[in-house]
Amino acid sequence: MYTLKDVTKTYVQKKRTITALNKVTLEIPTGQMVAIQGPTGGGKSTLLQMLGALDKPTSGEVLLGDKKVSGLAESKLADVRAQEIGFVFQSFNLIPTLTALENVETAFARSSMSRDEQKAKSAAALESVGLGERGDHLPAELSGGQQQRVAIARALVKEPQVLLADEPTGSLDETTRDEIMELLEGVWRDRGLTFIMVTHDSSVARRAERRLYLKGGQVRDA
Amino acid sequence: MFLTYLFRELSNRRKQTAIIATGMALAIALVIIVNSVAGGVKAAQSTVLESVYGVGTDITISQTQTPSSTGGRPTFTFGSGGGTTSGNSTSLSQSSLTAARGTVTFADTALATVEKTTGVKNAAATLSLQLNDFSGTTTQQDSGTTGTQGSGTGAAQQEPTGTATGAPGGGTGGGFGGGSFSFDQTTVSGVSVTADAVGPLTSVELTKGRTFAASDAGKNVLVVDSAYAKTESLAVGDTKKIGDTTFKVVGIVTSTSSSSTTGSDMYMPLDTAQKVADLDGKISTVYVSAESSTDVSAVKTALEKALPKATVSTESDLASSVSGSLSTASSLVSSLGTWLSIIVLAAAFLIAILFTVSGVTRRTREFGTLKAIGWSNGRIVRQVAGESLVQGLIGGVVGVVVGILGVVIINIIAPTLSGGAASTTAGGMGGGTPPGGAAGGTGTGTEGGTTRGAGSFGAQVATTTTEVSLHAPIAVTIIVVAVALAVIGGLLAGAIGGWRASRLRPAEALRSVA
Repeated sequence: MYTLKDVTKTYVQKKRTITALNKVTLEIPTGQMVAIQGPTGGGKSTLLQMLGALDKPTSGEVLLGDKKVSGLAESKLADVRAQEIGFVFQSFNLIPTLTALENVETAFARSSMSRDEQKAKSAAALESVGLGERGDHLPAELSGGQQQRVAIARALVKEPQVLLADEPTGSLDETTRDEIMELLEGVWRDRGLTFIMVTHDSSVARRAERRLYLKGGQVRDA
Repeated sequence: MFLTYLFRELSNRRKQTAIIATGMALAIALVIIVNSVAGGVKAAQSTVLESVYGVGTDITISQTQTPSSTGGRPTFTFGSGGGTTSGNSTSLSQSSLTAARGTVTFADTALATVEKTTGVKNAAATLSLQLNDFSGTTTQQDSGTTGTQGSGTGAAQQEPTGTATGAPGGGTGGGFGGGSFSFDQTTVSGVSVTADAVGPLTSVELTKGRTFAASDAGKNVLVVDSAYAKTESLAVGDTKKIGDTTFKVVGIVTSTSSSSTTGSDMYMPLDTAQKVADLDGKISTVYVSAESSTDVSAVKTALEKALPKATVSTESDLASSVSGSLSTASSLVSSLGTWLSIIVLAAAFLIAILFTVSGVTRRTREFGTLKAIGWSNGRIVRQVAGESLVQGLIGGVVGVVVGILGVVIINIIAPTLSGGAASTTAGGMGGGTPPGGAAGGTGTGTEGGTTRGAGSFGAQVATTTTEVSLHAPIAVTIIVVAVALAVIGGLLAGAIGGWRASRLRPAEALRSVA
């Protein structure tokens, strides 16, 4: 379960202080599928970064289970990201010089698994997203939907508790968008993980159990 | 994954890899070539020095020359009846053996002091002499009153061989009717007959006869340089008169270096040299070899302390006395070559650093993503450093190959360098002024004496010129150092690039491209 207590995040840009999150208090139970919506600059991505242990709040607390993520050092945050959280990005963020299979393997950043085991698990993850035959393709040789499938395989291969997605369908056409959402929903149901996504797309948001609306750094249930 | 990712990145960024590797290769090749040529020049300098000071000599000890400390110019004094008169002609001939021009003799007790000094392995004393032969004929003018033959004094000047003709003098008495004079100068070294590990004879090779044995001490025996022997038509078993002493030639030697002559024209036992030159108990140089090449500096310090009046010179001190194209090459290598290497190396490092940092900036999203999926800062730093290290190593390997190729080409061309080393064993004679006209007789029937005009000495110390083919050695240590430099360059660029990558906060890295 995620717990946010009075989380505030401010940035200084060109001598101006911008408050991206303003005393956000929130609880997200384990296994819930949540969609975060709101206008551009409303703090959606910042909230996702707090949840994903990518950044620390200026004040307040972020807890994942009973672990106080907001108080961890960078190396411990990296551990949390490596073991407990999977990320899916709007632009897929695949390493362009690595094949699909190798991109999935990058998720084993802190694994004690052998290289063969990692390869086998990565191949299985690609198979599960329908790209079993495309493991040796470079990202540039794959379509946008296929690249996002590789990114989903990368996020899931380490079997995280939490899947965070920042506009996962933002760069895809409608048909591919629906395919990807079905894939993500299927994964969420099958694995029972907590799935939190930021989206502008209401049709995507409507698929979630819970919708949050963020505006001016403050959050409310939609 | 580390190696896969590394080689994929490098092969994908071939242009950047090629630029960094080329810069590094150029620098490494230059380092190898400059160091090898420097080694070759140093070896050539040693060869030049060995032709003068002998093989294995680490230190030489002499005494500094002061205006008053040198012997005077060779002087030949002829009294009346000093020559052989036949008709109107008088033949004059005289030779003298003196301390070599430009040297200062000192007590041979210094040798014992040197031998007792810690770190000294071998020491040998020598006495550098010059044999001055003056000969000529004067002609007496027919007219005038015949008087007794006057006395004349000639001070020989710079040319080893000089001929001058004086103008007839005028006077009421018998006058000087002209003359012809020649002057020869030969270098002679008095050497220890027992010390064969160090000293002038270590740079010579016996071609005929024998060298000195302990039993030759005090004997009138000579070992002669082959070039001089040829000029003087001397062979083993022949005799040679020096001053009033007759010597027997026991051996002919040649230089072991490419020099056509050895350090001296003739060698004789030290005690014999001291006796015939009337320099009992005197020496002019002590040659020293140290127990270890690393001890040379310490031994020099100890010797300077033990012999405060002496000039103690190591091979590196003596190297500065090498002149000619070898000196120019040495200066070029030590100044231009070294600085060029440093500048190119610094430029290569800078290029590597700038490209690595630029690569990190370009890959901000990539590193942000890797951090987001759990890569630690250390792993990202290792990845960036690994890429830079391999780029540096590629440059290093190419640089070693190019450097070795360059050195091989230099060795094939083998440029000839000529080097002149200041030698204290020979005094040079410059051109003298012609004899002045004879002073006229005074009417008492006394012929005026002839006085050779005073010229000035050119170099006080002669220079032995040696031609040496440059051979640039390729030392394994240089290659190791060159590869180490490439590794350092790569690691430095990688460390800076990696540090920059590690400072990227994942949220900001992802936001910066959002």
